[in-house]
Amino acid sequence: MKTCLVVDDSSVIRKIASRILEDMNFRIIEAEDGAQALEACKREMPDAVLLDWNMPVMDGFEFMTHLRQLPGGDAPKVVFCTTENGIDHISKALHGGANEYIMKPFDKDIVAAKFLEVGLIAAPV
Amino acid sequence: MTPPDYEYLRKLLKDQSGLDLSTDKQYLIESRLLPLSRKAGLAGIPELVQKMKAGSASLVAQVVEAMTTNETFFFRDKIPFDHFRQSIMPQILKARAARKSIRIWCAAGSTGQEPYSLAMCLKEMDGQLAGWRVEIIATDLSQEVLEKSKTGLYSQFEVQRGLPIQMLVKYFKQNGEFWQINPDIRAMVHHRQLNLLHDFSQLGTFDVIFCRNVLIYFDQDTKINIFSRLCKIMEPDGFLVLGAAETVVGLTDAFKPYPDKRGLYQPNDSRMARAPAAPFASRIAAAAGM
Repeated sequence: MKTCLVVDDSSVIRKIASRILEDMNFRIIEAEDGAQALEACKREMPDAVLLDWNMPVMDGFEFMTHLRQLPGGDAPKVVFCTTENGIDHISKALHGGANEYIMKPFDKDIVAAKFLEVGLIAAPV
Repeated sequence: MTPPDYEYLRKLLKDQSGLDLSTDKQYLIESRLLPLSRKAGLAGIPELVQKMKAGSASLVAQVVEAMTTNETFFFRDKIPFDHFRQSIMPQILKARAARKSIRIWCAAGSTGQEPYSLAMCLKEMDGQLAGWRVEIIATDLSQEVLEKSKTGLYSQFEVQRGLPIQMLVKYFKQNGEFWQINPDIRAMVHHRQLNLLHDFSQLGTFDVIFCRNVLIYFDQDTKINIFSRLCKIMEPDGFLVLGAAETVVGLTDAFKPYPDKRGLYQPNDSRMARAPAAPFASRIAAAAGM
């Protein structure tokens, strides 16, 4: 079973995202900010990270920068999931090592499409 | 939208059209039915539902049509576009090396996601297509969806279903809440209003025809008729791509399945064996003595 780290300071968003991802057969680890997420990755490297941008303590972009420098930190597929919907943020994320980018609001179809795109789930047959 | 209104619309659509919406499609209903409400002079979804419940049959029909037609997204089903990149184009590049031209027809072009997906695929192989004449014809029954296709404007929801983020950044410009596909991609696609029941031989000859998720709406005789007319306007070594739920098997010998590539077909070698076919609509007219 693949693991997905869900990072968002909103417990509602974490809950919605977790439910969608559990239906897609992921085991979920939750984190409330970038610092917590980084600790979680040091304990256990996930297969995927669903990542908010704006969070207290450490934001999503800074977390990703640290993650990519960890041993094995280039392996997880990082999918941003944020209200930062401008092309400047998207470009910055992609250059910083993100694999995909979801603009909020999102739904199950969008998450599935993006996870399919980066090879985290298989195409429906 | 209130949960009871959503449930009412969900059940009505299931009963009337077979469309099966999951519980989280409020945005889809709103994006399709708010414009419809406004056209009908209603303030919003609650008023629309109220009027439908009061027994407005024409409104119900409009709602069903608005919700069932043209559901499409970029790189829909993914596999046909893998076929296009990995099987179709390598063979076309070889076979047309002297002529240096390729013509593609999207027979149910809808709001443009399919023809523009193909255009982006071709743009990605720009180096190999230097000096080639590339033409994509997108047709649809509905002038309204063609107009949307021409603008190349898509909502945030539309650009997130099937379109890789790198392609969004590369081929689109942000325009307020919308994203618009770049002019050089738009220029690769030509739009024409067309009913598949009518003669389409005037479109010319094609190397590739995408005819996906439209034949499912037709009865068997109409499908057979369309297949034989498609075959006539296709290069002998061309390719036909059908939707996931569609096949030629058991309907026609005009096309044969391409080995191990689901949804991909080629004209049969024995072209002479095929019976001539007139457009279905004119056959009906002839039979009726008109």
